Amino acid sequence: MNSKEKYIHAPLNEKTVCDLKAGDFVYITGTIYTARDAAHKRMSETLAENGTLPIDLKNNIIYYLGPSPAREGRPIGSAGPTTSGRMDKYTPELLDLGLRGMIGKGKRSEAVKEAIVRNSCVYFAAIGGAGALLSKAITSSEVIAYDDLGTEAIRKLEVVDFPAIVVIDAAGNDLYKQVTV
Amino acid sequence: MKIIQVAEITQQIKEMCIEANYFLSPDMKQAITDAADVEETEIGKHIIGKLCENMNIAGEDMIPICQDTGMAVVFLEIGQEVHFEGGNLEEAINEGVRQGYREGYLRKSVVRDPLMRENTKDNTPAVIHYQIIPGDRVKITVAPKGFGSENMSRVFMLKPADGIEGVKQAVLTAVKEAGPNACPPMVVGVGIGGTFEKCALLAKKALTRPVQEFSDIPYVREMEKELLEKINQTGIGPGGLGGTVTALAVNINTYPTHIAGLPVAVNICCHVNRHVVREV
Repeated sequence: MNSKEKYIHAPLNEKTVCDLKAGDFVYITGTIYTARDAAHKRMSETLAENGTLPIDLKNNIIYYLGPSPAREGRPIGSAGPTTSGRMDKYTPELLDLGLRGMIGKGKRSEAVKEAIVRNSCVYFAAIGGAGALLSKAITSSEVIAYDDLGTEAIRKLEVVDFPAIVVIDAAGNDLYKQVTV
Repeated sequence: MKIIQVAEITQQIKEMCIEANYFLSPDMKQAITDAADVEETEIGKHIIGKLCENMNIAGEDMIPICQDTGMAVVFLEIGQEVHFEGGNLEEAINEGVRQGYREGYLRKSVVRDPLMRENTKDNTPAVIHYQIIPGDRVKITVAPKGFGSENMSRVFMLKPADGIEGVKQAVLTAVKEAGPNACPPMVVGVGIGGTFEKCALLAKKALTRPVQEFSDIPYVREMEKELLEKINQTGIGPGGLGGTVTALAVNINTYPTHIAGLPVAVNICCHVNRHVVREV
């Protein structure tokens, strides 16, 4: 595997994303948003009713995360990725609306892959089950929508050198498909 | 007869929920540490190194090992000489979960109704399995279960003619489908025999067996070893990013079954295979 280490900034832009290749190690610094099952369902319902989403998707990254509660004086609790495949049903629509990247873990559907290629987007994996370690790259966390969903609320996160691996690149290469026999 | 106050159970469960989510049991810690030496690929070694770092940070800084602090699965093996006093046992168990998840800064991941999906906000109720055993002791096992791997678990109602090869195939099918979703390196709990629900329970219980221990039954022990080897040849590897350590252990439990059946359950657990055992 011919992987590179890259330091990138969020929100993303098309050029940065198109330079990423499946297998690259990236360190993300900037602003990203969390959303998982319940938030995706609610965003999808909002779009179906022609409503406005609580976040601007354009060039942004959604991190599939439901953190554990923060202890006093800390920005967040344990904060690793959840399984992305559960968001597949809602994802193509969000990518078509400008979402540029996703961080999660696990396989994506063909429909999601097609939407990634169609819109020049990227899917990253973070290390599943390493929530204590990953929390160290998050410097602030603020609930900005759907507070009633508890851990499933939408949060705005500031991250510094958040480590992830490019799994599906804008050309449609899928790292998971390359490794198994 | 021995009298046990249910408040004692609440206290134990509370402490065990917290302990399980911050400190991996010695067997799991050993297995992950050992995996770093066994893994052959660079990326696999890198991921396992990060998992070791993660375990250390969790215990030192008191951050849960994984943000999915699980649905609390509780096994209660109750000596038949025991009499509980001071309240309802099931409520006492759930009170322990409630206090543990609140005071331990653990995530509340339980919804009251599977389709209405309103969060109960205290991680109750637990999934409780009671068993009556001889004696006057109560053995409590708390195993908070994450759902990334739970979702990849399977039950196969095989035919007797499928035999041992059919069972092996079923396990490999479940593991391959799970792939990166189940946060490998995984622990694979397998239940063979019984009925539809019994084999699932056998598989769940198998996950609580220390990962370095094998089955007492010679042919089952061989199957555990063979399946572990085959799983590690799939290439899935740590994090599903490729490598030679896809599973840390395959634990199989068996039970008598019906002349017409061969139920097989495969309960997959991620590398955060949490289980704390205490006796009162």
